Amino acid sequence: MIEFHNVHKTYRVAGKDIPALHPTNLRVENGQVFGLIGHSGAGKSTLLRLINRLEAPSGGQIIVDDEEVTALDANGLRRFRQQVGMIFQHFNLLASKTVADNVALPLTLAGELSRREIDQRVAELLQRVGLSDHAKKYPAQLSGGQKQRVGIARALATKPKILLCDEATSALDPQTTASVLQLLAEINRELKLTIVLITHEMDVIRRVCDVVGVMDAGVIVEQGPVAEVFLHPKHPTTRRFVQEDEQIDESEQRDDFAHVPGRIVRLTFQGEATYAPLLGTVARETGVDYSILAGRIDRIKDTPYGQLTLAVTGGDMEAAFARFTAADVHMEVLR
Amino acid sequence: MDLFLNFFANVDWADIWEATGDTMLMLGTSLVFTILLGLPLGILLFLCSPRQLLEQKGVYAILAFVVNVVRSLPFIILLIVMIPFTVLLTGTSLGVAGAIPPLVIGAAPFFARLVETALREVDRGIIEATQAMGATTRQIILNALLPEARPGILAAITVTAITLVSYTAMAGVVGAGGLGDLAIRYGYQRFQTDVMVVTVIMLIVLVQVLQSIGDRLVVHFSRK
Repeated sequence: MIEFHNVHKTYRVAGKDIPALHPTNLRVENGQVFGLIGHSGAGKSTLLRLINRLEAPSGGQIIVDDEEVTALDANGLRRFRQQVGMIFQHFNLLASKTVADNVALPLTLAGELSRREIDQRVAELLQRVGLSDHAKKYPAQLSGGQKQRVGIARALATKPKILLCDEATSALDPQTTASVLQLLAEINRELKLTIVLITHEMDVIRRVCDVVGVMDAGVIVEQGPVAEVFLHPKHPTTRRFVQEDEQIDESEQRDDFAHVPGRIVRLTFQGEATYAPLLGTVARETGVDYSILAGRIDRIKDTPYGQLTLAVTGGDMEAAFARFTAADVHMEVLR
Repeated sequence: MDLFLNFFANVDWADIWEATGDTMLMLGTSLVFTILLGLPLGILLFLCSPRQLLEQKGVYAILAFVVNVVRSLPFIILLIVMIPFTVLLTGTSLGVAGAIPPLVIGAAPFFARLVETALREVDRGIIEATQAMGATTRQIILNALLPEARPGILAAITVTAITLVSYTAMAGVVGAGGLGDLAIRYGYQRFQTDVMVVTVIMLIVLVQVLQSIGDRLVVHFSRK
């Protein structure tokens, strides 16, 4: 478990104190994939680096599994860092070392295994990330996605409990992003690894995270299970991220629907409700008619969801709305 | 053929080979000591510089000042100023042995600056990644910084070696011998143009060889 108690960070730039992270409390459960989303400069990178103390906090307490990270001396901090893997946006692989030597580096530095044990572990790791055939290559000979897989193998070398991902997919194309995220989800599931990732793409959060925190100007403005935050965003920053992801402009949409007759509602289905033939049943029972104005059917991590914006006309509207609410569907009346 | 031999009438080839040997000896020895002294100095400069691992503004300011002072001195002056120190170190201020200390002191600060620049070229992300693995500063230097900067450091050694070749020519002033000395004493002072031509050709060949060995090593160790 990762806990932040009133942790804050201030940078001193040209004699002025610039707050990067306002006093923050946070709790990430073991085995969870925790995503932090925010625009650049929101403080998410600072928060991530505070966890393994690549950034020293200006105040507050960071506790990881009952160990107070903020109180560790240099030796303790080195031992702690060996239990925390980290991957980076630009991979940060050593260009002068082969793929195998890059993955072996954390083990060589820790100095606890023999050369033979290291070789064996490296082979295992490369197999896990699907790069066994590339062990003798240099990073410059690999594609971006392969480089990040090497980064992941390297981060997992010392069997860490926590993996920190610093914009791990931001330099990759959409297809490669998907495969790297899939690998991260797999690792989380199979190794029960706690993952903290930061990103500026809602799509990344939607695909792999259990819990999301939305950051704005050094503050976590909204936090909760991804489905909850994604489907029912409250803070304006969160709304903006969700709309960016769905490529919807709310005010534009309102203008488009101005001439549509009837009431406009937005229904959100989640889990099993997504598969129930609800719309047809309700239409038959209450005599209402729908036209679908907008909609999206997708998955949040492993949970399917649907979100439909409907114009409802005729029939017994109140009864229809009551049926939706009763059927475990979230309903918002937009007009 | 006769014409050709006549042109080189003054050239004593035994002298040329001896001078070439002296130049190589001075170059090799001083290069080794320059690296032994300059590499740690360059690493220290890098580590102490602003926003680096061991940021030490005071230490950096002092080191940088000393390095700059030595680099400002013309080599010929350094050669003379250092005579007492050279005698203390080698027992003589003359010959090949007498030339080594000034050569090293003259080239080491220059080499150290080149090393500092080569280390600065290493991506900060690499240092951060190694730190995140729990590496000590020593481990970061040995396992990440130096391997990553290797092509840059090899290029720095090449440039330094070539600079040392031209310094050895001046070392003739303290009777160090070598090709430069030969060129000055015979070619310049006795107007033996042929000796001048031969020594200059030997120096050109030496520099060319050094540069191409250096370039090859840089290419060999570049993985970009």
